[in-house]
Amino acid sequence: MSEDLIKQLASHIAAEVLHQPNRVLAPDQPLLSSGIVDSFSLVDLAMYIEDTFGVHLDDSELNKETFDTLAQLASLIASRQA
Amino acid sequence: MSNFSSLLVNSYNECPEKTAITVLLSGKTDQPVTYRQLIEGAAAWDQALTRSGILPGEVVVLIQQHSLELIFAYWGIVLHGSIPSIMPFLTEKLLPERYRADLSALVGITRPEAIITYREFEPEVRAALGEGSSVRRILVSDEVQPAEKFDPNSFGGLQRKNDDIVLLQHSSGTTGLQKGVALSHQAVINQLNTYANTLKLNEQDVIVSWLPLYHDMGLIAGFLMPVLLRVPLVLLSPFEWVRAPYKLMQAVTHYRGTLSWLPNFAYNFCAQKIRDRDLEGVDLSSWRAVSNCSEPMRYESQQAFVKRFAANGLNPAAMCTCYAMAENVFAVTEGGIDGLVAVDEIDRESMQVERKAVPAQPNRPTIRMLSAGQPLTNTRVRVLDENHRELPDRMVGELALHSDCMLSEYYHRPDATEKAFHEGWYMTGDFGYKADGQVYVAGRKKELIIVGGKNVYPMDLEELAMEVPGVHAGRVVAFGLFNETAGTEDVVIVAEVDTQNETQREQISDAIRQTVTRGSAVALRYVHLVDKKWLIKTSSGKNARLANKEKFLKEIGQG
Repeated sequence: MSEDLIKQLASHIAAEVLHQPNRVLAPDQPLLSSGIVDSFSLVDLAMYIEDTFGVHLDDSELNKETFDTLAQLASLIASRQA
Repeated sequence: MSNFSSLLVNSYNECPEKTAITVLLSGKTDQPVTYRQLIEGAAAWDQALTRSGILPGEVVVLIQQHSLELIFAYWGIVLHGSIPSIMPFLTEKLLPERYRADLSALVGITRPEAIITYREFEPEVRAALGEGSSVRRILVSDEVQPAEKFDPNSFGGLQRKNDDIVLLQHSSGTTGLQKGVALSHQAVINQLNTYANTLKLNEQDVIVSWLPLYHDMGLIAGFLMPVLLRVPLVLLSPFEWVRAPYKLMQAVTHYRGTLSWLPNFAYNFCAQKIRDRDLEGVDLSSWRAVSNCSEPMRYESQQAFVKRFAANGLNPAAMCTCYAMAENVFAVTEGGIDGLVAVDEIDRESMQVERKAVPAQPNRPTIRMLSAGQPLTNTRVRVLDENHRELPDRMVGELALHSDCMLSEYYHRPDATEKAFHEGWYMTGDFGYKADGQVYVAGRKKELIIVGGKNVYPMDLEELAMEVPGVHAGRVVAFGLFNETAGTEDVVIVAEVDTQNETQREQISDAIRQTVTRGSAVALRYVHLVDKKWLIKTSSGKNARLANKEKFLKEIGQG
């Protein structure tokens, strides 16, 4: 389950944020602290997650302390779906 | 004649309990600050500067998060008679060593005598200051004690003369930080009084802003004007707004906001990224002027905004435009205060080929140009050709301006100051035309990318990309590409590489993204790697950004 989640998030970010649909993102690659996902894309990401997985992320959670990698984001989503 | 300090002290004497600023920060209750509290908070900094031996006329750089402390410190420096300059603080994505380099760039040219920062950041600041630095003192927020008894009529700032410099304004990046716009008391006060008339500021007005204070739009329209002219200000954090744009709408509703300034992308951003549920109870009918400012203004962006918030009472006539620059303190023009902003529908081909704004012809493609409005009554705008001759209406040329609120100089940069003027007129580096008394801005002569309202110099980004192994000096080009959906420019980097290996290319591309983003806090939208000899160079060997941009567009099939 978690792997599918990661895959889905990765392809969304590669296509929509990076404009590189073929780009591979590793589950443990830092996204926020590395600047791959910039602050202007965070609201988008939160909206995508809510629409796709039915999980709400509060705006106060859109920071690297809450999640920085795909793996962390996926487990956050999974924990709220449970 | 009044100066910044006398205006503030007058407010303290005449209306001490009036709320000057309400600071909105997530997780805290809204914090109203009266003029009395503002002066008391600022007096603590004035006293700290005195104890530190900092003198009137000396420059104090402020590096602080968006906070009450930043506000108090700013006014403390003003009341002390010193010259404040706000520098953006380190964000998490920016590399500390890069930030240090930026800070050194600013310190090296501006030669400030003091820096005010917060505890956690002090080591960074120290590390950036080399031997023999001009900085005599670093002050940390939490060391500052509440003000001891003070006489409001004896602040050093009250002695500052009209033509003394009151503040420095920098734009970002190494290039921007080395060009501090120095403004006099007189210039800023002239701008504020004239702009207040243009805007028809009145007793009912409330300004709501989320803009950062290190940027001229945030500093002048969203901070100094309201505080000095006693217009209540509701201040949100840019950091929070970008994660929750609905907070602006809720603040306007709650405080009955009447005026705001937004960069063009923010119209798209708000229109696209606010959920219906966050608009419950939102009433924007109090908004009478929302000025589009600091990046190219788009008709489509304002229309999207109007459409999205019509159900929340937004008045379409509240959409305004403003052409502004720190070199004129802030506003050069304003449109839409009386009635709708003028829209000039012109022939696309004449504009693109002959640089002429010919009114739309039947059955031919057109462009809708949004007027920037009319020049402020104290500002004259001319359209000049390459030989500085004035052009007739509807011909595109470089915009030049003359006013009683122009910069005194680029601080410690006589070379840059001289280059910026021609016979007393400030050459803006922007292209545009005039028609029916309205000013239309159409492109830029200067090499500048404006992304999300922030000015970025392409050479700074190219320098960063060249640090990546596999990328060679002089074989990189950076430019902006307008993105219709976002309403702002996307940043593109094209770099020549030797390797044909896909994996290696991906690694280089990643490294460019990381190095540029972490070195400039600008996110790249496209990194395009090409083979040797792809880039077009000019005869002087200089980077031809425009030609390379066109080549890139052709290659990705949009040319």
